[in-house]
Amino acid sequence: MTMDTSHPPAEPASYQTITTVWAALLVLTGLLVAASGVSPFWAVAAMLTLTPLKAGLVLYYFMHLKYEGPLIKGMVAIALTTLVIFIGMMFLDLAFR
Amino acid sequence: MSVPHRDDFGARIGMWLFLFTEMMLFGGLFLLYSAYRSMHPLEFHAASEELNVVLGVFNTLVLLTSSWTLALSLTAVEKGETRLAKGLLAATILLGVVFLVDKGFEWSAEFRHGIYPNGPELLKRAPGEVLFFGLYFTMTGLHGLHVLAGMTLLSVALLKLAQGEVKLGNSVFLENIGLYWHLVDVIWIFLLPLFYLAA
Amino acid sequence: MNMNYLEPQGRGAVRDWIFSTDHKRIGLLYLAVMTAMFWVAVLLGVLMRIEQLTMGPTIMTPATYNAMFTVHGVVMIFMFVVPGLPAVFGNFLLPIMIGAKDVSFPRINLLSWYFFIIGGALAVASLFLGAGAPDTGWTFYVPFSLRTGTNVSLAVFAAFLLGFSSILTGINFITTVHRMRAPGMSWHRMPLFVWALYSTAWIQVIATPVIGITLLLVILERSFGIGVFDPAKGGDPVLYQHLFWIYSHPAVYVMIVPAMGAISEIIPTFARRTIFGYKAIAYSSIAIAALGSLVWAHHMFTSGMGELANTVFSLLTFLVAVPSAIKVFNWTATLYKGSTKLEPPMLYALTFILLFSIGGLTGVMQGALALNVHLHDTYFIVGHFHYVMFGGTGFAFFAALLYWFPKMFGRTYDRRWAFAAWPPLFIGFNILYGSMLLLGLQGMPRRYFDHLPQYHVLHVAATAGSWIMVTGLAMLFTTLLRGLLKGSKAPADPWGGLTLEWTVSSPPPLENFEAIPTVDRAPYAYNPGRTS
Repeated sequence: MTMDTSHPPAEPASYQTITTVWAALLVLTGLLVAASGVSPFWAVAAMLTLTPLKAGLVLYYFMHLKYEGPLIKGMVAIALTTLVIFIGMMFLDLAFR
Repeated sequence: MSVPHRDDFGARIGMWLFLFTEMMLFGGLFLLYSAYRSMHPLEFHAASEELNVVLGVFNTLVLLTSSWTLALSLTAVEKGETRLAKGLLAATILLGVVFLVDKGFEWSAEFRHGIYPNGPELLKRAPGEVLFFGLYFTMTGLHGLHVLAGMTLLSVALLKLAQGEVKLGNSVFLENIGLYWHLVDVIWIFLLPLFYLAA
Repeated sequence: MNMNYLEPQGRGAVRDWIFSTDHKRIGLLYLAVMTAMFWVAVLLGVLMRIEQLTMGPTIMTPATYNAMFTVHGVVMIFMFVVPGLPAVFGNFLLPIMIGAKDVSFPRINLLSWYFFIIGGALAVASLFLGAGAPDTGWTFYVPFSLRTGTNVSLAVFAAFLLGFSSILTGINFITTVHRMRAPGMSWHRMPLFVWALYSTAWIQVIATPVIGITLLLVILERSFGIGVFDPAKGGDPVLYQHLFWIYSHPAVYVMIVPAMGAISEIIPTFARRTIFGYKAIAYSSIAIAALGSLVWAHHMFTSGMGELANTVFSLLTFLVAVPSAIKVFNWTATLYKGSTKLEPPMLYALTFILLFSIGGLTGVMQGALALNVHLHDTYFIVGHFHYVMFGGTGFAFFAALLYWFPKMFGRTYDRRWAFAAWPPLFIGFNILYGSMLLLGLQGMPRRYFDHLPQYHVLHVAATAGSWIMVTGLAMLFTTLLRGLLKGSKAPADPWGGLTLEWTVSSPPPLENFEAIPTVDRAPYAYNPGRTS
């Protein structure tokens, strides 16, 4: 068997893109910390929005999901959806005991 | 009998599948965290106040920066700039060391205050706080082990880079180790608000 | 002529095997270890039945009995039924069936076997080391598993390693199916066994880590007292049950779906016609994997969950019966107007359909909330899951072994003895586990070392059944062992199968195919002029 060429390896992201993403991550971390000091409402709101956003940036750019085809993207979606469903269905019990 | 065979895409699929197992491993802990926080919101709030936010945030910045240097390193390999790639990879490993040292200071301070599993000070607290710290030590500890494993793998990648086994056009090993390291970073991104910023 | 994979490869007999990354040899390595562990667990089962032969102590103490059902369960589940079809037949056949020379990651494949035997060795060691054999039952429920002085931590760690082995196999199979299919082997030309393995592999990858972390937490709890499962520190044991069953219910489908896949191979071969409803069977495997992941809490209806959860999980439990039933209907429809031939693999496959249906339907009964309260933790449960796990997966394992034995070893076995083993196996099985279903309906609790007089007759019957069944098992394994040692040479395609493994010699060549084949037809194209 020879080297497979049907799927080109992920394109390298440019230095500039990577650095921009890193800067965005630092800024978002700052916002998250700031929001947690404002009020409990803002702390939770920031946690539920900014944290997935940060994770998404790492997944999308650093982990090259942006450059992957539908197969790996779809697999990641399946795994994350399953985890969310598991946690959600457990709360079917906890929330109504 | 092994067949000479190279399939970079297949290797990435395999690595992603492995990462799913890591996500589900920590996912079980996140499940417990969300369950116990919903049962003991006030105790979680109180316990979180005792964690050192400065050290936690500092570690977040360290880990985010290590992901940055690692991503740059992979791009450098793929552009054929091996010297730069080696430097960036070494910096990534060094940042991992910084993270663990910081973590060590944090844990030892807590231990000195009697805050550790089954610790005398901890057992005086309300059940919700015991659970908070139980989860805190389990999750940050397991995460720390993953950082350690990641550093080991990065060192292997650095060796392979130096020996020319990882190079322009054949970088899937570094890429897969990178995926692992970034996932460890993603997990920390969630740990920061759940533990340090829950106050 | 190519050498076959069983011929010596020049590193010495032992090293040729234990360092081999050949998927076929790894399949046989699993088979050897699993067969040994299977008989250990069978022996424990027989001893437990002897204990129930009389009222009061018969041959052991209550503590020994507790250890026996624990180890019987752990060994059978983690070392026989879960890896049974994927690790043996999946490893051996998946690459050949899709026209590949090996799996995607051969070295990781070998590594998974090492995790398997180390896990197995630790599980056995937990019987003898430390403060006595674990007595928690295979579920390791907290808080008892935290309090008991027996050697739970080691047994739990063994299960963790076995889980890791299962994960690595799953990663390998998914990647292999995506990346290694031969030219022309489109998704809808894959044999149904491959579909089943693929669905199973997803459960292995997604669900197994959840039990991994749960078992780790039990160890941490026992070693450091972190508190998350300890009610004395505020921990909630019901959350342990959630996490445990999030894996362990889907694991039931890891056990049964590949078995269904093997049956889907055997039925068309001996009915001489295209399988009825190929796509329905293929996608029902996926549906089982998906739906089966969402029914876990039906093990916990009496554990004090909220009413909403009870209702939702009951509903989902009824739904998951649908894709299983789809398969049963399609198998029987395949037989209709086929030119059926009753060879040993077919006999055991048909037995699978009957016994699995009983096991499945008794399972659906327990999905009903009201009845569940009555049946929970009785012998009815024990009877039910033995109908599924043994009558289902076990008989499918035997059917698969009888079907692919000539391919794997290049030798034939004595058909008459394979037939002769069936009556004692089948009759003994039904007496044994049928009695258990009745005992459970009457209220006999599981995991008791003794019984009351009103249950005595059925207990004696079950014990007698176990002896008849083991006689049949011994006959079957002796037949196969004799075939292995003295059987005549098997042709490439003894049954007239059409999937790719029957196109290569028996035993297969070292690298499966001299040239990667090109596939231009559906897997069971017995009916000329039809393409699917």
